[in-house]
Amino acid sequence: MIESTAAVELDGITKTFGPVRAVDGLDLRINPGEVVAFLGPNGAGKTTTIDMLLGLSHPTSGTVKVFGGDARRAVALGRVSAVMQTGGLLKDFTVRETVELTASLFRPARSVDEVLERAGIADVADRLVGKASGGQQQRLRFALALVPDPDLLILDEPTTGMDVQGRRDFWDAIRTDAARGRTTVFATHYLEEADAYADRIVLVRRGRVVADGTAAEIKSLAAGRTVRATLRAPDVEAITTVPGVDSVDVRGDSVIVHGSDSDAVARYLLNHTDARDLEVTSRNLEDAFMALTGDPEPEGAHA
Amino acid sequence: MSTTTTAGLARRTPPLGGFSWPFLRLELQRLLRNRRAVIFTLIMPSAFFLLFGTDGDYKTQATSHGNVTAYIMVSMAVYGAMIATTSGGAMVATERALGWSRQLRLTPLHPVAYVAIKTAVAMSMAAVAIIVVMVIGQFFGADAPTWRLVLCALLGWLCSAVFAALGLFVGYLLPSENVMQVLGPVLALLSFAGGLFLPLSEMSDVFASIAKLSPAYGVGVIARWPIDTDQGNLAIAVVNVVVWLALFAAGAAWRMSKDTQRV
Repeated sequence: MIESTAAVELDGITKTFGPVRAVDGLDLRINPGEVVAFLGPNGAGKTTTIDMLLGLSHPTSGTVKVFGGDARRAVALGRVSAVMQTGGLLKDFTVRETVELTASLFRPARSVDEVLERAGIADVADRLVGKASGGQQQRLRFALALVPDPDLLILDEPTTGMDVQGRRDFWDAIRTDAARGRTTVFATHYLEEADAYADRIVLVRRGRVVADGTAAEIKSLAAGRTVRATLRAPDVEAITTVPGVDSVDVRGDSVIVHGSDSDAVARYLLNHTDARDLEVTSRNLEDAFMALTGDPEPEGAHA
Repeated sequence: MSTTTTAGLARRTPPLGGFSWPFLRLELQRLLRNRRAVIFTLIMPSAFFLLFGTDGDYKTQATSHGNVTAYIMVSMAVYGAMIATTSGGAMVATERALGWSRQLRLTPLHPVAYVAIKTAVAMSMAAVAIIVVMVIGQFFGADAPTWRLVLCALLGWLCSAVFAALGLFVGYLLPSENVMQVLGPVLALLSFAGGLFLPLSEMSDVFASIAKLSPAYGVGVIARWPIDTDQGNLAIAVVNVVVWLALFAAGAAWRMSKDTQRV
């Protein structure tokens, strides 16, 4: 029953700022419980889309539905909350006071101590925000987002400016908190974060979805997989006829086959040749990202 | 789990759009932590009173229902209330500049409730500013019947709403972190021009006529009226307060509606 309503439903949304088309016909459906990475280069329209998800701006055309209804309403009820890039904090509140103030607004609200604990800032609760480090301030934003115990949590580049350890701790906190099935959408340009923490990656470019799938699917979609095996005098022509193969290289005793269906290649090599030491590797997400979001060819009349 | 579903059904928005005592208390706490705000609203007006109002002659010179020291005390209390309310309203500018208002848009806080809280904070600070000067005055020769002084305080406090509206208007007009650095000197100028530091009777006729247009004029005259009925025309003072309040409140409402439309 609950699953029938999408957490997020974007239907052909566009957003133009003067002559600039920041979002250009974006469709997206996110089901409850999914952890989705919103990945794309700068200017791809990620933040603009997130603003519309939170009702902070309205699409030029198309519809935005959050839990089947109005985004502002979902925010006011605490069903959706967010850690924004631009959300400011007041320096002369303490960390605890900032959370208390936010908690005074939500019905129901989680306990202040619990939220501080979850975000890993209980030890600096009485520090003035202005005296807290950048990483601590970012965790405070996360704590504020946890106050209403949202069903959907949106994170816009949440670990910008954090060091490696800070980033790891932050994601641990998010994962611990999301373990009970909270829908989470995060925009990031850290590819390894998308790869490590998302069930699903939505790749956007020029305000459109260019790829959508698991990290593995995205990688294979862009670059396929590479099968390497040790094999003397391979029959290159026979290998080329295996479905999905797009290149065959022979380097000394090794044959390197690249294609979209690595299983078929491996099956062929093991069943029909003397190949051994077989290795299947996928390109990493960085390669997929470059291949899918880079600008390969000028697409006609882009001014 | 079904518990999250139950929680989902029970979700609602806060009463009064989010205006609440805990919110107000946190804001007041924060303001009292701001050293500059405390110096300008609580210490400076009292210092001015001690500097300008406690001359031996002033303690013996009478107004219609008190002495000149009491007259200057009330003027300085009004000056303190002006700074308190203007800076309270102008907090909006800082909060917009820092992006805090954007953070608040991720909560159910209603824009009207937000302005109500800022106004309440401003008026609370004004009350403290007035009380501090009036209490100090008691120890330094301000003399008038107590009920008249209480009435002065109350009238001065109510009329300082004009400046809460001014602060809000400017706060929505100029999203700057340091808006009070502009407003501070402007308030001092308005106070001089409005007769808070110098009675209109000491000014030339031209200046005295211009003074009646200053938003500080009406507040001062009304606040001092219970102890001095010889200082001019009460009707002009009332018109002054009503017109300036209407103008500033309309300006604030106009800028605020622009701000919330933009979302």
